[in-house]
Amino acid sequence: MFAYIVRRLVAVIVMLLVVTLVTFGIFFAIPKLTGSDPALLYVGKQADPETIEGIRQKLELGDPVLVQFWHFVSGIVAGRDYTGGGTSVHCDVPCFGYSFRTEQDIWPVLQDRLPVTLSLAAGACVLWLLGGVITGVVSALKRGSLWDRAAMTVALGGVSLPIYFTGLLSLAVFSYGLGWLDGEYVDFAESPGEWFGGLILPWVTLAFLYAAMYARLTRATMLEILGEDYIRTARAKGLREPVVIGKHAMRSTMTPVLTILGMDLGALVGGAILTETTFNLPGLGQAAVKAIGDRDLPLILGVTLIAAAAVVLANLVVDLLYAVIDPRVRLS
Amino acid sequence: MATQRNSRRALAAGAALVVAALVGTTACGGGGGKDGKHGGKAPGFNAGIDKVASASDKKGGELRFIGTQDADSWDPQRGYYGFMWDFARFYTRTLVTPKAAPGKESRAVVPDMATDTGKVSADKKTYTFTLRDGLTWEDGQPITSRHIKYGIERTWAQDKISGGPLWLMQALDPDKTYKGPYKDDSPDKLGLKAIETPDDKTIVFKLPKANGDFPQMLALPAAAPVRPDKDTAEKYGQKPFSSGPYRWVSYTPNKGLELVRNEKWKRESDPVRKALPDKITVKLSTNADDMDNRLIAGDYDLDINATGMGSAGRQKALQSAKANVDNPQTGFIRYAVFPQTVAPFDNEHCRKAVIYAADHTSLQTARGGPDAGGDLATGMIPPSVEGYDPGYDPFRLKQGKPDLDKAKEELKACGKPEGFKTTIAVRNNKPPEIATAESLQAALKKVGIQTDIDQYDGAQTTGIIGAPKNVKSKGYGIIIMGWGADFPSGQGFLQPLTDGRFILDSGNNNYGEINDPAINKLYDQAIAETDPAKAGKIFQEANKKVTEGGWYLPFVFEKNIIWRSSRLTNVYTSDAYNGRYDYASLGVAK
Amino acid sequence: MTTAPVPAPGHPPDAFLEVRDLRIHFPTDDGLVRSVDGLSFRLEKGRTLGIVGESGSGKSVTSLGIMGLHTVGQYGRRRARISGEIWLDGKELMSADPDEVRRLRGREMAMIFQDPLSAMHPYFTVGAQIVEAYRVHHDVDKKTARKRAVELLDRVGIPQPDQRADDYPHQFSGGMRQRAMIAMALVNNPELLIADEPTTALDVTVQAQILDLIRDLQQEFGSAVIIITHDLGVVAELADDILVMYGGRCVERGPAEQVFHRPQHPYTWGLLGSMPRIDREQTERLIPVKGSPPSLIDMPPGCAFSPRCPYADVPAGGITRTERPELALVPGTDGHHSACHMTHEERARIWTEEIAPKL
Repeated sequence: MFAYIVRRLVAVIVMLLVVTLVTFGIFFAIPKLTGSDPALLYVGKQADPETIEGIRQKLELGDPVLVQFWHFVSGIVAGRDYTGGGTSVHCDVPCFGYSFRTEQDIWPVLQDRLPVTLSLAAGACVLWLLGGVITGVVSALKRGSLWDRAAMTVALGGVSLPIYFTGLLSLAVFSYGLGWLDGEYVDFAESPGEWFGGLILPWVTLAFLYAAMYARLTRATMLEILGEDYIRTARAKGLREPVVIGKHAMRSTMTPVLTILGMDLGALVGGAILTETTFNLPGLGQAAVKAIGDRDLPLILGVTLIAAAAVVLANLVVDLLYAVIDPRVRLS
Repeated sequence: MATQRNSRRALAAGAALVVAALVGTTACGGGGGKDGKHGGKAPGFNAGIDKVASASDKKGGELRFIGTQDADSWDPQRGYYGFMWDFARFYTRTLVTPKAAPGKESRAVVPDMATDTGKVSADKKTYTFTLRDGLTWEDGQPITSRHIKYGIERTWAQDKISGGPLWLMQALDPDKTYKGPYKDDSPDKLGLKAIETPDDKTIVFKLPKANGDFPQMLALPAAAPVRPDKDTAEKYGQKPFSSGPYRWVSYTPNKGLELVRNEKWKRESDPVRKALPDKITVKLSTNADDMDNRLIAGDYDLDINATGMGSAGRQKALQSAKANVDNPQTGFIRYAVFPQTVAPFDNEHCRKAVIYAADHTSLQTARGGPDAGGDLATGMIPPSVEGYDPGYDPFRLKQGKPDLDKAKEELKACGKPEGFKTTIAVRNNKPPEIATAESLQAALKKVGIQTDIDQYDGAQTTGIIGAPKNVKSKGYGIIIMGWGADFPSGQGFLQPLTDGRFILDSGNNNYGEINDPAINKLYDQAIAETDPAKAGKIFQEANKKVTEGGWYLPFVFEKNIIWRSSRLTNVYTSDAYNGRYDYASLGVAK
Repeated sequence: MTTAPVPAPGHPPDAFLEVRDLRIHFPTDDGLVRSVDGLSFRLEKGRTLGIVGESGSGKSVTSLGIMGLHTVGQYGRRRARISGEIWLDGKELMSADPDEVRRLRGREMAMIFQDPLSAMHPYFTVGAQIVEAYRVHHDVDKKTARKRAVELLDRVGIPQPDQRADDYPHQFSGGMRQRAMIAMALVNNPELLIADEPTTALDVTVQAQILDLIRDLQQEFGSAVIIITHDLGVVAELADDILVMYGGRCVERGPAEQVFHRPQHPYTWGLLGSMPRIDREQTERLIPVKGSPPSLIDMPPGCAFSPRCPYADVPAGGITRTERPELALVPGTDGHHSACHMTHEERARIWTEEIAPKL
């Protein structure tokens, strides 16, 4: 098990390096090939050639991509200085880049944004897991009933409706209309109550979308599991039905749910872009949108890395949990 | 790629409209809103235009801005966005500043830190200012003439202090002999020869060439003082050190900022700023529809960007809360320009054929109609700039419809009676501009002018349409753009667009590449003129030459719909700030 | 099993297990599936009944019916229609409270399933699963239950049972898994043990070990055992009585000795003919059962076996295709029944002249 974890961690690091390199390539090499100059993005309307050259040096646009990449990676552990045009800017450890657009290190921005996205993802996750799994189980147990059909119809709607529709609708009704929820994000440390209040709408909206998917998944899986021989065995032992469902069937049902959960959570941390934009949450997704709009390449790179790290780590956690749940994975 | 993005945007907008329709009845609108969020009654539609709405001197409260766009920089020498200049008056002071008065009156500059608008020498090349008593920084130390000089000098350090306006640099040191304070060898870092500070209270500017708009340039935040020991160079915009009535408490890029009253600022030292609220906050949002809804709901007082409400919000506001809405001129002209380096636009008649063939009402509609888009434009000086002539309309654009006969005549005169083929260049991130390009394409087809629309990366404007070489090689015969003045004079508006000496290899704004010695000469005369009214007459002349040369097809003198909460007091739009409210005068009723 | 006539419905029998006119029908979109259609038999303690038939003949459905597993956990499915009576130790199970039947399940009647790999939960250790089975019916602490589980694992021949109890099913070999399954079934000393194809998934040598084990355990515990199989060889080793099922009904039943040596139904002949025999050289298969089992939705009229029966035309007038033969006592036997239109003499002649020599 220990060797397995170490092996997986090494794979994670390699994976992140590859993602970084690819992102680097996309943002710095390709623009060069297509003839547009990233340096121009960082200077004002009337910049003189000298200034542009200075930025170009600071961005190391003249260096090979691999050299730029090496400087970036070493900056994470050692910090780095951007020098050019006779001046330099220092970026503290861990240096995930420096934004010449907003004149700040990228890492503090990510640090500032990450808790928002984590709050959003974690709260929504709790809601959709509860809602989705319970709905799915009940639907499976009452297959074909009115409840089942109603729940699955709502779930189909939930899966099909885009978040900016349900989001705007919930905002229009509960925030602008009824005025129940202001829907403004406040840091947890500042006021847990307001933090909670500000996140209810995004949580519910996001959870609705995912709960719908999870309900469908849980229902299908549960129905499949209920047909398994070992469920019949459990009944043949004389176990009570709640034990058969709650212990034997649920344990197996959770496996695929967990797999999907890992990917979803990872992707969500990487950028619940629509949700954060709709509800105005100052998280990573919103930072990404802004960064793309501003062509703030270092920030885009930073967010991409965090997103990649989140996906990879979430999958690692899922794989480890998988091993905990399923002895066949652990012991083979 | 661009198409996909736009269709998604359209989808989102559609969804917003559907939602708005669905819940239209539940929203109370009317500027009523929740308890405690609204003070007085909204004073009426356009109550803030050319007059002061809800005049009041009541102090206190929190002035709440919301916006979707952060400033390019809050550093006084680096900011170039119009709303940043307006907002900067909260925390920066300048020798002179636009008059705190509605509309046209704001075009005049009045003394701020200086005792008067400057003593001008006979040759109009030397300006001498004396500082008032009681000017202080937020830590209580006095503001001296050296701090003003140092602040202005920062613009020269383009490697660190980039992005801001370069007017002062061009007026004071056009050859850029000074290298900026960070590479300045003199001990006090005040090596710029064109500015002298004989004592703490006196500052003297020596211009190589007279410039009648020089006081306008000194009214820009770029002329604000910066204290050397507080200068954090490129990071100064994170937390500028205040010389104005409010000081910086916190700022997170793209999230928001907060200012509180600067207790060291002395009211008697400042004849301009009312400084009514105790606290000023800016919240930055990503969802424009959400922003409009929150404004209407009364959660915020006004949009700091003041770029106009979105279509859903506009409809809702005009229907249910018209008294909270103003419809000001923004000082922008939206237009198409024909680079004369791209054939057949080297021929005046081909340019004019396009002007006649265009459907001007359709272009106006593409911009948002008469309210949200603006009035049909007839020339290249907008109503908010000195020199505007309401009766001037050489192409009879006010008719609002294409003149196909004239267009065909011009095509014949151009030697292309069957029409020709060209490319329209348009920014891919500005939906109204894309809409105008499409309108133009449809109208031109009727006279045989075939066009392709090239949607280029809107963030790369300087390198794409701002590079004449690129324009020529890509064959951009028609470029869709817009322009607003840095300050309300012909020098700020017309000259950058049409003076041949302003053609640059990159970051060019004279897209037509007009280089007419007669026009250039008019600018020299106008700039040397210190009487704004007289200068305006000369710019009017230049406008005639430019317009009749047919390089430009103006679409609209832009107007937009902006929201003013019922709590706001002392509200009026200012020509000096492109039709935005004069932020420094605003107050809030509790 | 005895051949005494079935007593009137509703009266408790004197046998330990008695099934009377059991019918288990499943409504489906295609029609009513008559999986079991009027089955009756009895079984005494200490005896072993072998139920034989092809897949789809209703063997397993019968066993699950006795266990009451057609009535629990049928979420959203159309319920099976069940009628008849099942008497176990003087209690009628069909009319009993479901929870009471649940309490009997696993304690008085236990079941060994066909595929021990899929029949055991992959996420729980073997020990835990046996402990769970014990603790449902016994109010004891985990330690006591585990002791009991290890004891059972030892009894069914698992080496180092104390350690192996902590292994997961996938870590056991096929035979070991089936032993563990048997241990789980026996942990509560059930009086009725149903083994549904207990050896099908195992290789031949292991099969024999498992069958030996079941026989030994039966002798030790004195339980009644039902062995369900399609393999006559298995029953030959274990069963006291044999019941041959075809199309949801019993076509022949009787003492194992008689059914083996004087089978009275052409279907049984077919089964015997397709039985591999170790003691004889493999010759040509004389009487393979040709064709496929009948549709349980749309049963052939008359004798269900008639479409596949080589002797369907022996009885005159095509009666085999119009009238269903009833189960009748074979003259001169003690409880040997058969459902065939041919006369006893005809069957005796065919058996001795045509079938037996070729087996």
